[in-house]
Amino acid sequence: MGKIETPDSATRGILNVSRRTLLQGAGGLALGIFFAPLIRGMDALAAGGPLEPNAFVRIDLDGTVTVLAKHLEMGQGSYTGLATLLAEELDADWDKVRVEGAPADVKRYNNLAFGPMQGTGGSTAMANSWEQMRNAGATAKAMLVAAAAQRWGVPASEISVSQGVVSHAGSGRSAGFGELVEAAASLPVPEQVQLKQPKDFKLIGKVELRRKDSPGKTDGSAIFTQDFKLPGMLVAMVAYPPRFGGVPRSVDSSKAKAVRDVVEVVEFRDLPHGRSGVAVLAKNTWAARQGRDALVIEWDESQAFTLGSEEIFAQYRDSASKPGLPAASKGDADAALAQAAKTVEADYEFPYLAHAAMEPMNCLVKLSSDRCEIWNGEQFQTVDQAIISSYLGLTPEQVSLTQLYAGGSFGRRASSVSDYLLEAVAITKAARDKGVDAPVKMVWTREDDTRGGSFRPLYLHRVRIGLDEAGKLQAWHNRIVGQSIIAGTSMEPFLVKDGIDHTSVEGISNLSYAVPNLQVELSTPTNIKVPVLWWRSVGHTHTGYVAETMIDEAAVAAGQDPYAFRHALLESHPRHRGALELAAKQAGWDKPLAAGAEGEKRGRGIAVHESFGSFVAQVAEVTVKADGSYRLDRVVCAVDCGIAINPDVIKAQMEGGIGFALAAARHSAITLKEGRVEQSNFHDFQVLRLNEMPKVEVHIVPSAANPTGVGEPGVPPLAPALANALFAATGVRLRKLPFPAQIKA
Amino acid sequence: MITLNLNGKDHELDVAADMPLLWALRDVANLTGTKYGCGMALCGACTVNVEGQPTRSCVTPVSAVVGKRISTIEAVGEDAVGKVVQEAWRQLDVVQCGYCQSGQIMAATALLSSNKTPSDADIDAAMSSNICRCATYVRIRAAIHEAAGKLA
Repeated sequence: MGKIETPDSATRGILNVSRRTLLQGAGGLALGIFFAPLIRGMDALAAGGPLEPNAFVRIDLDGTVTVLAKHLEMGQGSYTGLATLLAEELDADWDKVRVEGAPADVKRYNNLAFGPMQGTGGSTAMANSWEQMRNAGATAKAMLVAAAAQRWGVPASEISVSQGVVSHAGSGRSAGFGELVEAAASLPVPEQVQLKQPKDFKLIGKVELRRKDSPGKTDGSAIFTQDFKLPGMLVAMVAYPPRFGGVPRSVDSSKAKAVRDVVEVVEFRDLPHGRSGVAVLAKNTWAARQGRDALVIEWDESQAFTLGSEEIFAQYRDSASKPGLPAASKGDADAALAQAAKTVEADYEFPYLAHAAMEPMNCLVKLSSDRCEIWNGEQFQTVDQAIISSYLGLTPEQVSLTQLYAGGSFGRRASSVSDYLLEAVAITKAARDKGVDAPVKMVWTREDDTRGGSFRPLYLHRVRIGLDEAGKLQAWHNRIVGQSIIAGTSMEPFLVKDGIDHTSVEGISNLSYAVPNLQVELSTPTNIKVPVLWWRSVGHTHTGYVAETMIDEAAVAAGQDPYAFRHALLESHPRHRGALELAAKQAGWDKPLAAGAEGEKRGRGIAVHESFGSFVAQVAEVTVKADGSYRLDRVVCAVDCGIAINPDVIKAQMEGGIGFALAAARHSAITLKEGRVEQSNFHDFQVLRLNEMPKVEVHIVPSAANPTGVGEPGVPPLAPALANALFAATGVRLRKLPFPAQIKA
Repeated sequence: MITLNLNGKDHELDVAADMPLLWALRDVANLTGTKYGCGMALCGACTVNVEGQPTRSCVTPVSAVVGKRISTIEAVGEDAVGKVVQEAWRQLDVVQCGYCQSGQIMAATALLSSNKTPSDADIDAAMSSNICRCATYVRIRAAIHEAAGKLA
């Protein structure tokens, strides 16, 4: 079989590179159809097995299409999105498409947005898979078509495919995918395939398409790490030092070992990420918990971190009084401020935040002398492989990772130091060294998870803005003080430049509003030993808040409408404007907000922010009662994320992002006192509950641009839109998060 | 040995009497659909229905539920109300990460079993003790109304 004909050779398509081309050493890796399945494909062929033209799809003899997802499904709909892209070009029957987590394999499953690394984050899953998954589907389809053409003796160009059925109209013949799989598997993988024009999309953009993970997540059958079991497996629970940097000085495990079903007690210390602990291994979780609680440990805290949040803020305020390293310098902000007719100055304070995913961190490890197998809701495959293999003295290939569902993550499972995985491995190894050779599932309690660090860093912003007589924004001076998420990790060379951790300043160093004099400076303390990490929308969690509340203050100082003021300053940012306009229109910004009941004040606020290549605007409407308590009644949200692959998933991510952000605005804070985390569980680290969820309307900006992410971009605008609404209602500016429960002038 | 009636069948479990029902279900009876979230009855991820009442299995010792009918997410589709709730959840694609949803569905099933036409205030009262960190609350509320419509 030679050349594969395509239905419309005049249509300009995107070229795909086959595994054969790659084997010949040609380029094109960026399109990511890799050769590893070749060997499996040949095995399958010998056995008359499935069609596996590339690393992303397998079609079985019964016609089932299995999509291999290189991205973690942690709630954001990646499995459904990846399947949609592939099934679209394959013209598969959606009901016969299933999704399987792909193994860790840097050769096949790199995140094309990250460079040489497999991982899920930065809202990149759809953006980096947009061509890759469609190419993978189109390749499989071309082979099925070629097999049918050969079997029926008709030109491939006369064959059509729809909903998993390959047909030839002229002869009236048709066949399901399964009937053609064996023949197709023996054909060469096409050199190039053509992709559909957007007007021909059947699944992409279809609102009615249902999530692939809904059935299993509504009948208890979906398997999370917490649920996965191996024969003979032990459960480990860990006693951690009360302060970061503590180590066990002495351990009395006699009471722990007396607990029914407790098997062993092991220590780990001086792991590469700096944590130590004492683990109890037991035959079930309850025994491990009781055993852990029965440990008597004296901790050596001579090297432990002992500052509290208040001391950290005091240090940061002091740092903010001095220049930091420049992250953005345009014009002369100091000089412009000196000449400004009006200025606004403010400090903003943001606390540490825990991710508080519903599934506390956990990891299952099976170890032998030359192999380490991991089962995990795996967000950073190749980082984890590298760190774990280095710790064990193995090669990365000797560490396998099996992808399970994650019960939320919000960035927590993307640890650049593999913290909880490494601890699980260390515990398993320590047990093995003591003669307990069993797979071990390490599980954290909610308290471990809340106090375990890897927090969104505590930040301080000191901001000065200046306007001229005409109310035109002339200067923006913004100092940021906070720990670096990246410094000291393997990602430092990529994400820290000239001392600036990009994730500390993103969203303000590239401020979208036209301002002739912009100075953004960053001070990064190195004495704060609290583990920090990205938290859904990362730097934008604080920069977006500062940008969008301060621009609101500027509008008020200029005596202008907050929407119109923003709009005028976004002339060179049409996509910001597009989202802003749509949100304002749908919210009825041009009409007054309906009044509240007697004694109630109502207010409306707006915000727009770009993050991870997507543009989101939100209008928040609040009601403030006489006692200052308030309710967020409604949020109207407009999102421009390029071509909308799964509109209902996009909508869900905006809804969820709004609720997630509202929790941080209203309630959540991790505070330290003398180095100890003061919170422990959901009673004192509060998240959003159903009764506080606003009505949410989501509108998608029509776009022909390539898709961008939706997991994070819904988060940043909410808190500033809410703060601006509360200001409109009460005249109070909120510059410290979380907000007080009662807003009083 | 302790005998528990799980989803209509008696199971003999070799567990300590003070073991919370959650761990007996998950670690011993292999019913892993019921989740651990907080261990302190603060989040509702562990919700099962005992004699039709939503119950936090993480703080309920097995000794307290001997001889009682315990139903879990795995059998919710066999319950007339539960099946409608489950279908509404699927129709509206409520889930995101899905970890809390077993508890949400059990709580919603208990609500609709006792109140066929819940108001928003009723839903607030019945469902606000079940945390969803993905904040799927808009759809949880909508799915309950959807299921109520079907049950009417």
